[in-house]
Amino acid sequence: MDTSFSAEDLAFRDEVREFFATEWNDEVIQGLSHPDTFREAMTAWHQKLYNKGWAAPNWPEEHGGPGWTSTQKYIFDYERAAAGAQSLMPFGLQMVGPVIFNFGNDEQKQRFLPKILEGTQWWCQGYSEPGAGSDLAALKTKAERDGDHYVINGAKIWTSYAQLADYIFCLVRTSSEGKKQEGISFLLIDMKSEGIKVNPIHTIDGHHTLNETEFNDVRVPVENLIGEENKGWTYAKALLAHERTGIANVSDSQRNLAQVVELASNEMQGGKPLIEDASFQRRVSDIEIELMALEYTELRVLASVATGGAPGPESSLLKIKGTEIQQAVQELRMEVAGYYQGVSVPEGGENLSGHDFGDYARYRYMYGRAATIYGGSNEVQKNIIAKAVLGLG
Amino acid sequence: MNFDFSEEQVMLRDSVARYIQDDYDFDTRNKVVASDEGFSRENWQTFAELGWLSIPFAEENGGFGGSPVDLMLIMEQLGRGLIAEPFIPTVLLFGGLVEAAGSEAQKEALLPAVIGGELQGAFAYLERKTRFDLDAIETTATGSGDSYTLSGEKTVVFNGASADKLVVSALSDGGVSLFLVDASAGGVSRTSYRMMDGQVVANITLDGAAGELLGEAGKALPIIEQVVDNVTLAISAEAVGIMGRLNEVTVEYARTREQFGVAIGTFQALQHRMVDNFMAFEQAKSLLYRAICDRLEGKADARRSLHALKTMVDRSGKHIGAESIQLHGGMGVTEEMSVGHYARRLMMINTIFGNGDYHQQKFSELSYGEKAQEAPAAPRAVDAA
Repeated sequence: MDTSFSAEDLAFRDEVREFFATEWNDEVIQGLSHPDTFREAMTAWHQKLYNKGWAAPNWPEEHGGPGWTSTQKYIFDYERAAAGAQSLMPFGLQMVGPVIFNFGNDEQKQRFLPKILEGTQWWCQGYSEPGAGSDLAALKTKAERDGDHYVINGAKIWTSYAQLADYIFCLVRTSSEGKKQEGISFLLIDMKSEGIKVNPIHTIDGHHTLNETEFNDVRVPVENLIGEENKGWTYAKALLAHERTGIANVSDSQRNLAQVVELASNEMQGGKPLIEDASFQRRVSDIEIELMALEYTELRVLASVATGGAPGPESSLLKIKGTEIQQAVQELRMEVAGYYQGVSVPEGGENLSGHDFGDYARYRYMYGRAATIYGGSNEVQKNIIAKAVLGLG
Repeated sequence: MNFDFSEEQVMLRDSVARYIQDDYDFDTRNKVVASDEGFSRENWQTFAELGWLSIPFAEENGGFGGSPVDLMLIMEQLGRGLIAEPFIPTVLLFGGLVEAAGSEAQKEALLPAVIGGELQGAFAYLERKTRFDLDAIETTATGSGDSYTLSGEKTVVFNGASADKLVVSALSDGGVSLFLVDASAGGVSRTSYRMMDGQVVANITLDGAAGELLGEAGKALPIIEQVVDNVTLAISAEAVGIMGRLNEVTVEYARTREQFGVAIGTFQALQHRMVDNFMAFEQAKSLLYRAICDRLEGKADARRSLHALKTMVDRSGKHIGAESIQLHGGMGVTEEMSVGHYARRLMMINTIFGNGDYHQQKFSELSYGEKAQEAPAAPRAVDAA
């Protein structure tokens, strides 16, 4: 057992720290904070990382990954979060990218991977449907073969950033025979195709990232099929395990918790800073201790992946604990904000309360509710662990 | 970065596991506990022959020179087997203090006998008014140089009834000192009783008993704390071993116990409780690894990791203990099943050297508020490097 850092690791840490200190600046932050400039700013931010060769830490070197050790990946994400810098959009880099390089053909790899890597092509995820949430395999969006095309009809829901995306990766039904998992295929669909309609869904945080995406007789060339027809479920499952390891968000929770501690040092209660209140300290330490443990749980999973294991059902643990902690931190930030969590600031307007973090605390808290639901609800994750780890039928 | 164990470490772990499997099943263990001393001298000899008693001691003291990782692997197994023999009192506390504080002559006189299994020891630190603060004692030692006499009363001395030699903490020379005391010497009287996990302990009254100074007079506290930290890591590893075993026993029970015509493990309400137990165990194990790596690698965050670990061992131990009983239904509250025995040992561990609340408060003091600002903690592993 050894978790010490080598001299090379520490030099790498300094390089990464320096990068984020200079490149994550006000211009980037400003651009990302407005919906109208979001895509442009995010693409520019993506390209700063791309130019360093750091856009896709988890990709193999042959497809443009940096070839980092698991320690370096850990350091990179830690430094990113510590600087308060946003992660890149996950849909291309973390979700469809690995499916394409694992299961796609050469033509697909050449066509999509470079653009995903450089951040010029945006993706969204077409998995859930109005009638298929936790029971994802019950999906009904149909793909019927017509010559060199599939014709798609149906609807996908919770398609984050569909309004900005160039492509959507979709699970579609190509057969209704056999088990429901067996008739599913994995398709890449151009969002500019005729017959696609994106309907915004407004969420309780007051923002718009989610959508319902409709497909009416959308024609998709057969060369956009990943792997074999009716094998899409297998590819999707591999992707979900990847999605869940990232979902632990340890580094961001560490940064957010440190921020809550700092905010609580400035709020006075009973004549002293809130952070010195024993019952508040108890709440912070409850979370921090779980987080210290989760950091090592994640490192244990990463270490086992590095020595050849695939992220398996234990990634469900990371998802459950990671999102519970995330929500606990968000709740604590709300407590610190007190009255000011209620302040409603119009878009582009000014927060007049003197507590800028109040409305931020609220929208993080409100949208944060989604974390225990998306990527397979936490209850579904528990079913997975019960079955795959504990062997309970 | 890796969490692998060396070949030697795997062999060591497996040798303890094999012993438990072959020679220490639940019924055997209960017979051992029911004996007068609460453990078996014969087993103790076996432990000595297998080399387990030498693990934590340095090679120059005749030991194996084992690392905290070696010790962790043994302790996890001792937990899984619910081993009653006094490994902690004799080897880790008594032996640990002699090794940390003793003169060359004292180490030569005592450590080979501990390693050989011939000597039983104990550390008498707790008193009626002591809670978890190790210096909150009233026992006094008067004298100087080679000649001290001790007066006071120690309570709940682990292995105190069977110990040949005691290390006793007492006030002298303006601070806390440690003394070696013969358990059979004049002025020493012992009253033994049992704890909830079956172990035999003693109250020890010292009435002008002769004591031999161990280490520097009045300056023992840092050494006691250092040994107590080692033992806190070790009993946390024991607790993690117990938690893992409890989860296995419970899952196995749920797979075989039938109600409503099916195994109760098919019920989602019960599955999710077992998943919560699994996660609590994995999280405790992660903190155990963290605390051990931090200590091994001398990281600035080692103290916080240790407090975090003992806090979590308390919370997860109570959770898994109580849930395992619940999931066994009515059988869970019987002595016949092992779960209650494991749960009681976990509860015992929780109280040793500070419960969860105590350690969580220490953690908070180091992390937030005034004290934290004087000596800021490294928030994460990267900064602690």
